[in-house]
Amino acid sequence: MTLTLRHSWYMTVRHLRALWRQPAWIAVTLIQPIVWLLLYGALFKRVVEIPGFKGGSYIEFLTPGVLVMTAFFGAGWGGMPVIDDLNRGVIDRFLISPVHRVALVAGRIVQGSLGVIVQSVIIVVLALITGAHYRNGVGGVLIMIFLAVLLAAATTAWSYGVALYVRKEETLIALMQFLLLPLTFLSGAFMQLSLVPGWIRGIANYNPLNWAVEAGRSAALKHTDWGFVASRTGFLLALLAVALWFATHAFKSYQRSV
Amino acid sequence: MTYAIEAHDLVKTYPGDVKALSGLSFHVQEGTVFGLLGPNGAGKSTTVKILTTLSSADSGSATVAGFDVASQAERVRQSIGVVQQGTTVDREATGRENIHLQGQVYGMRGRDLEARAEELLERFGLADAADRIARGYSGGMERRLHVAMALIHQPSVLFLDEPTTGLDPEVRADMWSEISRLANDQGLTILLTTHYLEEADNLASQLAIVDRGRVVAEGTPEGLKADLRGDALHVELAQADGDGGVTGALAELGGIREVSVDGRTLHARADDGARAVPVVLQALESRGIDVASVRVARPSLDDVYLRYTGRTFDKAEAEAEEKTR
Repeated sequence: MTLTLRHSWYMTVRHLRALWRQPAWIAVTLIQPIVWLLLYGALFKRVVEIPGFKGGSYIEFLTPGVLVMTAFFGAGWGGMPVIDDLNRGVIDRFLISPVHRVALVAGRIVQGSLGVIVQSVIIVVLALITGAHYRNGVGGVLIMIFLAVLLAAATTAWSYGVALYVRKEETLIALMQFLLLPLTFLSGAFMQLSLVPGWIRGIANYNPLNWAVEAGRSAALKHTDWGFVASRTGFLLALLAVALWFATHAFKSYQRSV
Repeated sequence: MTYAIEAHDLVKTYPGDVKALSGLSFHVQEGTVFGLLGPNGAGKSTTVKILTTLSSADSGSATVAGFDVASQAERVRQSIGVVQQGTTVDREATGRENIHLQGQVYGMRGRDLEARAEELLERFGLADAADRIARGYSGGMERRLHVAMALIHQPSVLFLDEPTTGLDPEVRADMWSEISRLANDQGLTILLTTHYLEEADNLASQLAIVDRGRVVAEGTPEGLKADLRGDALHVELAQADGDGGVTGALAELGGIREVSVDGRTLHARADDGARAVPVVLQALESRGIDVASVRVARPSLDDVYLRYTGRTFDKAEAEAEEKTR
């Protein structure tokens, strides 16, 4: 167990180091959430005027949405470098070493999670400057970020597993394009769910991205419902467990084919 | 006698009914360099994948360093170092970072790891380039780094899968001397796969020739060649032999063996090549068969391959190429 943890950390360091050497990547990662928040904030500014919209400013409403969406998108593409590692034989090299498969996935998850945390802090601070008010203080904000990290972790593991199955960048890109935006819009990330068509509301109930958005919003902003936050946290933990199982299982399928 | 590697009757079929191994067996003595020689697609890499626990056989069994590859995979992994085909170096990291991570993966840490990494970087001539990103390495440097990584945890069995494929001839020669030096390491057993006849001849003390997923001949390179008895005759005909007249012409001659025709090339074997040439030429001429050129050679591994598989090595390679296309 401690060995697997240590291996996970070695893998994390490997990924962080590779990214650290790409200044353009760092720049985009830091600026992206700011663009989302300001762009959507301006685009949908008058949403608050719709009768039945509860809550304060739109930026405040939007903050958990952009935070979770940023985490989700970043993690969704988590499988891309895995395909590169596969093509270069790096995964093969680790598969015949004493490294546990979970550590390989965990390395990507931890690296992604650290990115999510940095991006989240930027979003939270920016929203604070533009007038958001976090009613439950730092604790509420931390829970919101934690939920985004959970969703990102599960998504990274899924993306990792899918990469091991499809092994082609084009296929992975197509699959992710197909999933990322629709899942984002089939949620309460940008619009209060009581104001959207019933069928979208129905789907949103089963959408993990929406679990993270709604629970995060509930924890950080007004009308906090702790029971709801706890249940959605549980759902996301379960999703992460299934995703980890899926990714480690995908290694077996991969090894059968080589 | 102790064997570092034992493969027994390995069978492996890939999806789509592609038979990679059909009952492959061989033994490798401890402390030797063993060569698996065969054209592309013969099943060498599949064998390495099974022996290194990446893949598993449909049937058959194998042990490496005394451990069963299927039921004791963890023990096998601790005992082996592997240089896979191509190179699996992380190109976004420096040479030193690559070596360090490889050591950490095998549970090494701290001073031990640093000292061992330094030693290997020195030994493989990478000390000056150690802190450069591997993306900028030449093909030879990358391969040497890969070998250094494979040795970090002092494995008892080293697998080299096509270690010089894709390298320039000069770099290949350097790699050969590097491998020869490794062979002198106390107790290290090396399994080398190659589709270069020369490479197998130069480096391997024992050899197994692999064709279509099974071992067709096994022995020392010298022994295999000596088994052929006599010289090889290669006759280039002016026209392809259509009606089997060529084989007929030589059938009655004494001292000419193993006659085979491959398109416009006639292969045969004779105890004394120089003496056989005029006899063969006369026999062909009497049947009205024109000859473009004649070559007499001491037996080579190519001849060994021809004898056991019925086709030349080049032809087998070309066929393999066709298949992958």
